[in-house]
Amino acid sequence: MTAEIAEQKLSVARRTRSGRELIYRHSLFVRIAHWVNAGCFAILLMSGLQIFNAHPMLHWGVKGDEADPSLFSIYAEDQLEGAPIGWVQIGAAKVNTTGYLGLFRDRDGFLSGRAFPWWVTLPGYQSLAEGRRWHFFFAWLLVINGFAYLAYGFAARHFQRDLAPSKGDVRSFGRSVLDHLRLRHPRGEAAKRYNPLQKLAYLTVVFVLFPLMVITGLSMSPGVDTAAPWLPDIFGGRQSARTIHFITATLLILFVLVHVVEVLLGGFFNEMRSIITGWFAVRPEKSGRQI
Amino acid sequence: MSETLTRRAAIAAAGGLVLAGCDKLSGSPTVQKILSGAEQLNLTGQRLVLTTSQPLAREYPASEISRDFKANGTVRPDSDEYRRMVLTEFTDWRLKIDGLVRKSASWSLDELRTMPSRTQITRHDCVEGWSAIGQWTGVPLSHLLQQTELMPNARYVVFRCADDLIGSRDGSGLYYESIDMVDAFHPQTIMAYAMNGKPLPVPHGAPLRLRVERQLGYKMAKYVMRIEVVEEFSKIGFGKGGFWEDRGYEWYAGI
Repeated sequence: MTAEIAEQKLSVARRTRSGRELIYRHSLFVRIAHWVNAGCFAILLMSGLQIFNAHPMLHWGVKGDEADPSLFSIYAEDQLEGAPIGWVQIGAAKVNTTGYLGLFRDRDGFLSGRAFPWWVTLPGYQSLAEGRRWHFFFAWLLVINGFAYLAYGFAARHFQRDLAPSKGDVRSFGRSVLDHLRLRHPRGEAAKRYNPLQKLAYLTVVFVLFPLMVITGLSMSPGVDTAAPWLPDIFGGRQSARTIHFITATLLILFVLVHVVEVLLGGFFNEMRSIITGWFAVRPEKSGRQI
Repeated sequence: MSETLTRRAAIAAAGGLVLAGCDKLSGSPTVQKILSGAEQLNLTGQRLVLTTSQPLAREYPASEISRDFKANGTVRPDSDEYRRMVLTEFTDWRLKIDGLVRKSASWSLDELRTMPSRTQITRHDCVEGWSAIGQWTGVPLSHLLQQTELMPNARYVVFRCADDLIGSRDGSGLYYESIDMVDAFHPQTIMAYAMNGKPLPVPHGAPLRLRVERQLGYKMAKYVMRIEVVEEFSKIGFGKGGFWEDRGYEWYAGI
């Protein structure tokens, strides 16, 4: 039965004008979920930085305010003479980030002492109230989209078939890392599957980072904390949860950067076609060249 | 070289346009109205779990109390009337309660202190993101409401305060807040007259402040002068149910 369906799938394989084999790589459901998620992430990130600006420091434990020690902070420091300095403090170290973080020229050209600059926050001007509204609306959308994607992923066996690592993946993991470092991309049959490092990255994002974002976000809610006091306890308290929320967001940014670079390296047009229309052109094996 | 510069300028200009569009979008009342739909989901979702069993917010040991609890918003109301009350140690201050009640009443600070009290060490979460832990002692709001006998159409409890954060002279900037009966009758919802075992200090809302432990700090009105029971709050202030609500913040601050 499954073999028959696979057979049919193969029979719908098309070819590009230059003769490359086209395979149907992403289902409509996955494509929609991908773009809804990408949009939500962009808005949540920018509104999240707006919210962070209201208290631009991170603490560890249950409590923490301006009088308490911080693991991380962004601030402007007034000088006896001249313009203030923008600082980013991480633990005991601090870096002068004047112009970018802590102190920057606002859109109107005036110096502004906020943590993240106007061009990465939503809205660009300071408004915690508006930032929160954007954040919660798109957090709901992200969660609904995420659950739909998870349900589809298991029911349609997308996770089991495409993302679950095989024994071969474990064996070839080291080579996959080397291939990535050399910016070498799989061709032929190998290009029809996700490679081991790619699987690991997607699994981490889907099953670790996004769930962690949602759970640490919920742990900051006094209402949720009353209903489930064990939730912030998992992270060591509300302020730790806030810090982990920020670190996880940073890891997701790193993922997106690598993801976009891989799209560019892997062939921008082909990769974009596959996530918009579903069809992906497989690069043929290089003949006569042994690796 | 010049080509890359113009390309860079073009990208920057395009980016600027997108961002300017975002700001315009964010400032639009229609967009804000759509986005605020999430508030209803937050309220409905949280009430599903919070109303049925009325769980208590976590209470902490005394060792967890913040050494320097940040005082936010107004830290010293600057009206002549309030200054006089501070000088006389609130001896002629009275808490009035009226509106949709059968028996309106007013109590002095000493009278409130002789009533049944509750002491709780709780975490205070500010909408800005920080948290502090303090010990609060006060009269359960439910006790005061029971004394006055609510009318059947009573739906919200409004707290009228002495602080004017924007320094308006006509009273339009006076702080106020409102909660519904679910939170008003919660056992941890108290009118606190003491903090960390001492009379409530001025920066934290002397002589009396509200504690609604399952919501954010801005709900917990300081410098409370009068409690008003109403059916709806659309005619108070700008109609959104509180000083910060009138300035774009959510009425339900459980998240």
